Amino acid sequence: MLNINEILETNEMINRQHLDIRTVTMGISLRDCAGEDAVRVAGKIYDKVTKKAENLVKIGGEIEREFGIPIVNKRVSVTPISLVAESCDTEDYTIFAEALDRAAHEIGVNFVGGFTALVHKGFTVGDTRLIRSIPRALAETERVCASVNVATTRAGINMDAVRLMGEIIKESAELTAATGGFACAKLVVFANAVEDNPFMAGAFHGVGEPECVINVGVSGPGVVKVALEAAKGQPFDVVADTIKKTAFRVTRMGQLVAREASLRLGVPFGIVDLSLAPTPAAGDSVADILEEMGLTSVGAHGTTAALALLNDAVKKGGVMASSHVGGLSGAFIPVSEDAGMIRAVQSGVLTIEKLEAMTCVCSVGLDMIAVPGDTPASTLSAIIADEAAIGVVNNKTTAVRVIPAPGRVVGDIVDLGGLLGTAPVMPVSGGGSADFIARGGRIPAPLHSLRN
Amino acid sequence: MRAIVTVVGRDRVGIIAEVSALLSRSGVNILDITQTVLQDYFTMAMLVDTSGCPKPFAELADELDARASEMGVSIRIQREDIFDAMHKI
Repeated sequence: MLNINEILETNEMINRQHLDIRTVTMGISLRDCAGEDAVRVAGKIYDKVTKKAENLVKIGGEIEREFGIPIVNKRVSVTPISLVAESCDTEDYTIFAEALDRAAHEIGVNFVGGFTALVHKGFTVGDTRLIRSIPRALAETERVCASVNVATTRAGINMDAVRLMGEIIKESAELTAATGGFACAKLVVFANAVEDNPFMAGAFHGVGEPECVINVGVSGPGVVKVALEAAKGQPFDVVADTIKKTAFRVTRMGQLVAREASLRLGVPFGIVDLSLAPTPAAGDSVADILEEMGLTSVGAHGTTAALALLNDAVKKGGVMASSHVGGLSGAFIPVSEDAGMIRAVQSGVLTIEKLEAMTCVCSVGLDMIAVPGDTPASTLSAIIADEAAIGVVNNKTTAVRVIPAPGRVVGDIVDLGGLLGTAPVMPVSGGGSADFIARGGRIPAPLHSLRN
Repeated sequence: MRAIVTVVGRDRVGIIAEVSALLSRSGVNILDITQTVLQDYFTMAMLVDTSGCPKPFAELADELDARASEMGVSIRIQREDIFDAMHKI
C-alpha cells in the first residue's frame, strides 16, 4: 500500500534536511604488500588499492541514483602504513603516501586514510619512521590522511608520543603555511582509536579486519533538528524518544545502502557508523540540534548535558536498525565543519574549555579547531594529553585535530575549503605546559583497565 | 525491480496522462497510484515495476528528469526499498 505521506517525508528529509549517506568507505588490507624494496612496496600498494576499489565510485553513483539518496563521499582506508612499510629499506615513508595519493586520484575517491601508527605503548622502528614522515607526506599529497593512536584505556598514555605529536603538528602546519596549515586538517591524534571507523581523517583498516570490507557512515543532523522542532517545550523524555526514532530511520537507510554496496562490490559488509556528522551547509549542524533543545547558543551552560542526551539517544535509536554498528557512532563536533559551532565561537560563547568538556560525552574530541600560529608545540601536546586522559579514563575514543595556523592570531579565519569548512582561530590557555610535556614516559593505565 | 515515482508540481490538466504515457513507452508497469493536491501543488506517488523496462535504471531516471523540466514539475524515481527501510520494521 502506498503511503504518500511517508514517501513525501522521506524525500523532504533528503531534499531539504540534508539527509545523506556521509561516506561509503572501503577498508583494504595492505598486509600482503610488505617487502624490503620501498619502490616495489609502493607499487604494490598502488596496484592493490586501484584494483580493489576500482568500481567503488561507479557503484556508489549507481546506488545514489537508484535510491535517490546522495552518497557524499566514497573513500578508502588501508592497513596502518607503519606496519606495511616496516620491513622497507627507507627512512622516509612519503613514497607510500604518494602511492596512496596516486591511487586515490585514479579511482576518484576524495580521501584515503591509513598513514597511521599505533603507538599507545611505545614505538617500533616503522612507527617512528612513519610519524617523522607525516609532515612531508601530508604536505606533498592531497588526499592522504594520517592518524596516530597515542593512548588506550588498557595501555595508558604514551607521553613520548604525545610530545612528539605536538612537534609533528607544528611542523605539518609550517610546511603548509600558505594554506593556513591545511596538512593538520588531515592529521588526527587518537586515544582508543577504532579499527573500523569510516570517517576521515581518522579512518584506517585495523589489523583485526578482513581482507576487504565496506563500512558506511550515515548522517542527518538536519533531520534530527527538524524532528525536534515538533517537540518544542516538551520534557527531555520526549526529546530523547524523538531523537531515537529519527536515528533509527536514518540508520536503516545506512544499513540498506551498506548491504547494497557490499553485494554489488562483492565485498563483505563491516559496520554502519551511527555518527551525526555536520557539514558547513546551513541546516546541517549539530550545534543547531543542541540549540533547538533550548540553549540560546551552543557553549552556554547546559550544552554538555544536551550533547550527552543527543549522543546516547542516537546510539539507542540506531543500534536496532543495523545488524552491525561500529566505528565512532555518536555525535561529531568539528568546529570548522559546523556553521552553528563557528557562530558560537565567533560570538565568544563557545570556548576551547567548553569544547573539551563536551568531548567527555560525545564520540570524538577536539576536532577541526584552529589555534594561533605561535602556539608552542608543548601546548599542543598538552591539549592532546588532556583529551587522551578523557578518552582513557572514560573508556571512549577521543581525538585531537588541531590546526596551529601559521601567522594567524585569535579572531582570524582559516579557510580549509569544501567539507572541511572555515575555522575561526580560538585562544588557548595562557599558561605553559613545557615542563609537564618534557617529562615523557607513560601515564599508567587506570585501575578500571584491569577487567579480566 | 519495484520503484516509487513521485511527481510534484503546480496542478494542471494531463499530468498523470503524460507521466503514464512515458512510463508505458518504457515498458514500466504501474501497480498502484495515489495522489493529492496540497496547497495547489499536485502530488502523486506511483508504485511501479521496472522489470519489463529494457533500459538501465539511470537512463529511465534521466528521461523522467528531462520530461519533468519540460512539464515544469519534478519527477523522481527511487527504489521502493528506501521507503520500506525508513518506515517499516
